[in-house]
Amino acid sequence: MTRVYIDFIRMRFLMMLAYRVNYYSGIVIYAINIGAYYFLWKAIYGSQETLAGFSLEQMTTYLAISWMARAFYFNNLDRDIANEIRDGSVAIQMIRPYNYLIVKLMQGFGEGLFRFMLFMIPGLVIVCLIFPVKLPTDLTVWATYLGMLVFSFLINSQLNIMTGLFAFFVENNEGLMRMKRVMVDLFSGVIIPIAFFPGWLGSIMTWLPFQAITYLPSAIFTGRTPLSEAGHVFLIQFAWLAVLMIPIVIMWRAARQRLFVQGG
Amino acid sequence: MLAIDVKDLRKQFKVQKNREGLSGAMKDLFKRQYQEVTAVKDITFQIPQGEICGYIGENGAGKSTTIKMLTGILVPTSGELVVNGYVPHREREKFVNGIGVVFGQRSQLWWDIGVIESFQLLRKVYGVPQADFNKRLNNLVERLQLGDLLNRPVRKLSLGQRMRCEIVASLLHNPSIVFLDEPTIGLDIVVKTEIRDFLLEMNREEGTTILLTTHDLQDIEALCSRVIMLDDGAIIYDGGLEQLKTTWSKGREIQFQFAEVMSISQLQALTKSIAVSWNRENEYSAKLFVPNEVSFSDAMGLVVGGANIRDIKIFETNTDDIVRGIYQTGSAEVLTKEPVLS
Repeated sequence: MTRVYIDFIRMRFLMMLAYRVNYYSGIVIYAINIGAYYFLWKAIYGSQETLAGFSLEQMTTYLAISWMARAFYFNNLDRDIANEIRDGSVAIQMIRPYNYLIVKLMQGFGEGLFRFMLFMIPGLVIVCLIFPVKLPTDLTVWATYLGMLVFSFLINSQLNIMTGLFAFFVENNEGLMRMKRVMVDLFSGVIIPIAFFPGWLGSIMTWLPFQAITYLPSAIFTGRTPLSEAGHVFLIQFAWLAVLMIPIVIMWRAARQRLFVQGG
Repeated sequence: MLAIDVKDLRKQFKVQKNREGLSGAMKDLFKRQYQEVTAVKDITFQIPQGEICGYIGENGAGKSTTIKMLTGILVPTSGELVVNGYVPHREREKFVNGIGVVFGQRSQLWWDIGVIESFQLLRKVYGVPQADFNKRLNNLVERLQLGDLLNRPVRKLSLGQRMRCEIVASLLHNPSIVFLDEPTIGLDIVVKTEIRDFLLEMNREEGTTILLTTHDLQDIEALCSRVIMLDDGAIIYDGGLEQLKTTWSKGREIQFQFAEVMSISQLQALTKSIAVSWNRENEYSAKLFVPNEVSFSDAMGLVVGGANIRDIKIFETNTDDIVRGIYQTGSAEVLTKEPVLS
């Protein structure tokens, strides 16, 4: 059975490879984004050495790695699932001897692997050439970060799956999907590191899963959070992974009861 | 052994009611109103292994909902359900290994990749050994003449080609029960015939149980020994096709070609002693409808004895007309009132 799921990763990877030209423009867009935020932050820093514990150099690195991580963990599982529910083709998925949600996750992972190899890595090289990014020299930091990135992908995918499954319960979840996208970008710390949030919002954030997607791993990568606290970060990520399983299972069970009124 | 055993199966849906106007929309925002719709109302039937059973009914009668419950897609509201030894929705992943499903309106092949790649992926999904798969695929490809289609992407296939591929896709893992939901919809007569012949052959050689929903009654006539008819979520007929015809047909029609001009009153005068009706087509030809209650030989005798006839044709009511009649009256009442004539 596991072999089947791995095959779904492979299939999606190959399919993405067939459409790879679409992604070259993506690298440029991400580089522009990083550039815009770099100049914005440079202006904000002015003559200040550090802000909220970030030096400008760390901030630049944070921006670069966060956007490049987003290139990896971002996927359209919410839209995929919502579309399949709305047009009723999820019925076809139910006559197959596999778990629909795992298959979706695997397809997302195939897409993620593709983006990692053909988007994130070349993108990071380009960004490092243009902007003063200081990459860590310690290999353990790299290894730790890559491990955390896998959790980032899983947690973000869980949020996407939940958003997608809402299509079972509401007629149109377009608005919800947009809200989720903005929330993930803002609260995960891609746009502004959570350390810059006002105190009350910052403390709310520690109780939400978003920080585990970008902020916590990127803070380790830039060296703002020392490597000794990596275990704590892993624990938070793992806890969210486990906690988010619960609503997904509940939603999936409830969905089976009220499935497919659409299309007869 | 029974392939399908259904008892008091019921499915209710909650359908959201939208209130009218702006104020209605505001109210809906805070308090939704729902309406319970019963799509399938306590149906009971059993299908033994190796039978081809037709499942017919008007649009919205509950056919697809039943099929979706039988295949484990939908969870029934109440009732008992055993298919192929499993309760479909409870052990879905194990259960679906033993069934094949074709939805005529929905493709189960991957749109972007070649047909053969879809088949290969299905092989892995169902865990079919490569040798078995090759043997079975060759056999199916030969019987459904898919040879040169295998390497084309699905989106480049015509509907007829695609449907044949869909059928192969549903049979690769050698299921013992096959559910076909409108498999011949939108197909030309050549492809339809091919598919029917193939299904019959498969049923004969491998003893595959087939449950088929369709709006094309020729499918039913060609394939099914048994018909279950559904109306508004309830079964209104369950039995043989021949019996359905004899039970529901009201009589037969005889077309006469006369040697001389016959007026409608002349015709009626001929048969005034019996309860039949005439339908004049032109000066020389007319159709006589003889209900089942009237003796056929009496009617023939009266007309043949009283007029100069060139030609006679007898029409049996065809299944289409019978079924249309049932759909229009929409109940089993007639069935119980009229005596079974077989």
